[in-house]
Amino acid sequence: MPDETKDSQSPAPGQESPKAASGAGSSPAESTSAAPAAPAPAAPSAAAKPAPAPAAAPKPPARPAAPTPQPWECELTAQLKQTYGSGIREAVTYVGQPYLVVDKSIAHDILRLMRDDEKFDYLVDLTCVHYPAREEQFEIVWILYSFSQNIRVRVKTSIKDGEDVQSVCSLWTTANWLEREAYDMFGVKFAGHPDLRRILLPEDWSGFPLRKDHGILQQDTEWVHKNLGIESAQ
Amino acid sequence: MRPFLDYLHSSVTPGEYGSYLWAVIYILIIFAVASVAVMLMTWLERKILAHMQVRLGPMRVGPHGLLQPIADALKLLTKEDILPDEADKVVFWFAPVWVMMIAFLNYVVLPFGRTHAVTDMNIGILFVLGVSSLSVLGVIMAGWSSNSHYPLMGALRSSAQMVSYEVAMGLAIVSAVLMTSLNSTGTGTLSMIGIVEAQKAAGRWYIFSMFPLGLIAFLIFAIAMIAETNRAPFDLPEAESELVAGFHTEYSGFRWSLFFLAEYAAMIGISSVAVTLWLGGYLRPFPNLLSGHSWDLAFSLFPGLIFAGMALMCLIGAARMPKIPQMKVQTIGLWLFGGVIALIAVVLFLPGVRERVQDIFWFAAKVAAFMYLYIWYRGTFPRYRFDQLMKLGWKVLLPVSLAVLILTALVGIRQDLSTVLMGVLR
Amino acid sequence: MSNSNFYDDAPVEAPGKTFLDSTEMVLNMGPQHPSTHGVLRVILKLDGEKVLGTECVIGYLHRGVEKIAENRTYAQFNPYVDRMDYVAAVSNGLGYCGAVEKLISAEVPKRAEYLRVILTELNRLASHQVWLGTHALDIGAITPLFYTFREREEILKIFEKYCGARLTTHAFRIGGCQYDAYEGFDREVLAFCDAQDPRLDEYEELLTTNRIWVERTKGVGILSAEDAIALGVTGPVLRGSGVRWDLRKAQPYCSYKDFDFEIPIGLTGDTFDRYVVRIQEMRQSLRIIRQAVAGLPEGPIMAKVPKVLKPPVGEVYHSIEAPKGELGYYIVSDGSTQPYRVRVRPPSFVNLQALDVMVRGRLVADVVAVIGTLDIVLGEVDR
Repeated sequence: MPDETKDSQSPAPGQESPKAASGAGSSPAESTSAAPAAPAPAAPSAAAKPAPAPAAAPKPPARPAAPTPQPWECELTAQLKQTYGSGIREAVTYVGQPYLVVDKSIAHDILRLMRDDEKFDYLVDLTCVHYPAREEQFEIVWILYSFSQNIRVRVKTSIKDGEDVQSVCSLWTTANWLEREAYDMFGVKFAGHPDLRRILLPEDWSGFPLRKDHGILQQDTEWVHKNLGIESAQ
Repeated sequence: MRPFLDYLHSSVTPGEYGSYLWAVIYILIIFAVASVAVMLMTWLERKILAHMQVRLGPMRVGPHGLLQPIADALKLLTKEDILPDEADKVVFWFAPVWVMMIAFLNYVVLPFGRTHAVTDMNIGILFVLGVSSLSVLGVIMAGWSSNSHYPLMGALRSSAQMVSYEVAMGLAIVSAVLMTSLNSTGTGTLSMIGIVEAQKAAGRWYIFSMFPLGLIAFLIFAIAMIAETNRAPFDLPEAESELVAGFHTEYSGFRWSLFFLAEYAAMIGISSVAVTLWLGGYLRPFPNLLSGHSWDLAFSLFPGLIFAGMALMCLIGAARMPKIPQMKVQTIGLWLFGGVIALIAVVLFLPGVRERVQDIFWFAAKVAAFMYLYIWYRGTFPRYRFDQLMKLGWKVLLPVSLAVLILTALVGIRQDLSTVLMGVLR
Repeated sequence: MSNSNFYDDAPVEAPGKTFLDSTEMVLNMGPQHPSTHGVLRVILKLDGEKVLGTECVIGYLHRGVEKIAENRTYAQFNPYVDRMDYVAAVSNGLGYCGAVEKLISAEVPKRAEYLRVILTELNRLASHQVWLGTHALDIGAITPLFYTFREREEILKIFEKYCGARLTTHAFRIGGCQYDAYEGFDREVLAFCDAQDPRLDEYEELLTTNRIWVERTKGVGILSAEDAIALGVTGPVLRGSGVRWDLRKAQPYCSYKDFDFEIPIGLTGDTFDRYVVRIQEMRQSLRIIRQAVAGLPEGPIMAKVPKVLKPPVGEVYHSIEAPKGELGYYIVSDGSTQPYRVRVRPPSFVNLQALDVMVRGRLVADVVAVIGTLDIVLGEVDR
């Protein structure tokens, strides 16, 4: 499994602490950047994740202007932090793109708040990233966009394997297929989804191909035998 | 033998003459010619459509793809005959035969010339109406027996469409028939030849009679006949982008080709009806305006001239073919084809042939114009949606055709009344 | 891919019903069907001709592009994205290269950006032309297809001359373009633009003023602005519903702010509006191309990027206005040479979801019209 070895060598990106802010690599200005670009005053309290072992810390090749995550300071994050406290684990911008890492328990509330109060009326994308080394293996990513503010924000949360995450179908209709795809590819269950079935793969297929422990050549041989009548679909 | 040959000197149809043998010969000739016309029509459709769509169309089989219809026919005949497992076998087998039979049944009364018809029924136009509405049965049989969703929907659409357009079509025909009665005797006719002769007597084609009533009736018929033959833009029963192939989705090979043949035969048949009713049938243009012996002669030269022109085109084309070995067979083919056409042209110039054939020529020319319209429509129009089609049929064509019928009758009465009054006054 | 519970909803044998009562018919459209634009399968629940509900079955073309990405280096994955929306391969490449460039903070030279704009807009024209031809074909007008493909051929010839490929072009590299404009590039592009204008008028003559076309498209597949936003549709589908939003204007990338162009929008959100929007977009694309060719700066066409890309740990989402809508790439890097995760936000996939809302209660013929107007490419839906 090449990807597993790769994964064990370098820590997953989200684990990296955002307080490594050196202030140097200011991200290229972009209209998305809602960040006030204030020099990091204090490390976000919520970002209390254990820093990875220094030996495994990724060393980008000698590129002086490697961008680093900056704390995302604005009214919204301040207000959120006030309301939810440590539920907001991170509020960061990276290359000018803000994102929030929130606790699973408040993820749905935050998403609703983002839609109703902050007018993030367009769910751009919903996806998932698998970090098998972590305890909370699956990182669910919602990419939100607000037409009125012209801001794109990512909201992320992590769940353990087998845990459910609250469906956002009731907030954005478009989440229907996106959640089905995430379920199809990662096996993440969305509680409250009206019709959570596989969407791209056959319904009775077994295995979730975008998980890191699923090899790129791996397939549901039994299904292929039964339904296609051939030895292998490779 | 003597009565057999005597017929040639008569000037009536075999039906009137009472010669079964000649009737059979006519039927065979008409069947053969219609089949060839259908093949030619498929080639023409592909070529004309192709040129409308900035492409060349068939170019490989024969010069300019002239032999393509033959290749197609061979391909269709040698294809595997697929009979769906779940189909109703008998009905499935019978449907294309039925459609084909009905399509060709119309040809019995079509007058290609004064004497060139199998028979001249005195209820000719009624026969046409009755027979052409039977073809919907075959379509329904095909759709139902296929036991599949698309054919079923196609058949349902087709039956609804044909039934609703037949009403408007019938009313338009009635108004044309009404016009035949507007003469000194006051008796009309339903006979196809009678209708043409009435136009000759009236001195004008019915499309120009009682302007614009004749024209409107003709247009109604022209629209309804496209719907009746399921052609674009009314080709919903076989709408390719919606119903795959409509009622003949499950058909293949020879059976499918029967449907195909029937469709084109029906197109030619119904166009012939339109030509007979409104465009003076086999009459040459301007029979009363440009009358006299010299004009007769000039018009009778037309068929020969047209064929001579075609032959010239072929021969010039053959002479301009690239002189490379690969094109040798094609070039020879084109020379031969041009030669045959030139020969036909020469035959058509012979005095005896000239007079007898020109009826057929004018009839065919008028029908060919309709065929071109069919192709033109197909290249131009998007397809109607089912409800729009129904709306057009019931809410536009039907009221208009009714109005035309009533107005035709009123105008006719007015003319009649005036003659009566004149008589009384005198 | 299967759809077990869909059939079960149909009340087939309800008590008290005689055999004369009508029941719903389930019609399976596709995956082999003339107007599902590939291998889309739509299961329609019908009451006569009326559509009671639809169910899209997709995935027949699923190739696991996102999984492939995790096993290729950043540069190696670049040609794969062309295979998603194969009608607009250049746009796919632009989005992917843009995302990776953002990840490695590369500054693309101006000339490369202008070249990218020219090629991408040409590709938008090509994509819209495929759409127009097939959409018209679905509605029964067979002729426009050949006209649009004639024009598309000219565009593909320019692509071929530029990079050697016609369809899956792989025109851009991370950091810029590999090839500079060939000799006479600007002249050919301008000649194409000049020839294109009257031909757009020709299409409009065939369709916009055609009564049957208008009847078939007006009021069909209406998508209100609220629905459109809730369903996340983007591109001409969103603009057809009256939302003036185009990423080229909202969040300009790749020098789009240098160009003067307008965003056409529709009023009612019906099929006709989307048709007009796309036609107008083609005219705007021509405008952009003319400006870009006129202002094509001299200079390098490649940024200084290392041979082996090792982006720093981090993640980035970059999206562009592809012909079909917002095409986004969400790339997570773990600092190695291969992306940790590449997520493609496919516009066709999201737009296709609107099909059910748009055709419910309408007729079968409208389903093909709406599939056409959504302008989906199954390679992108299934990835």
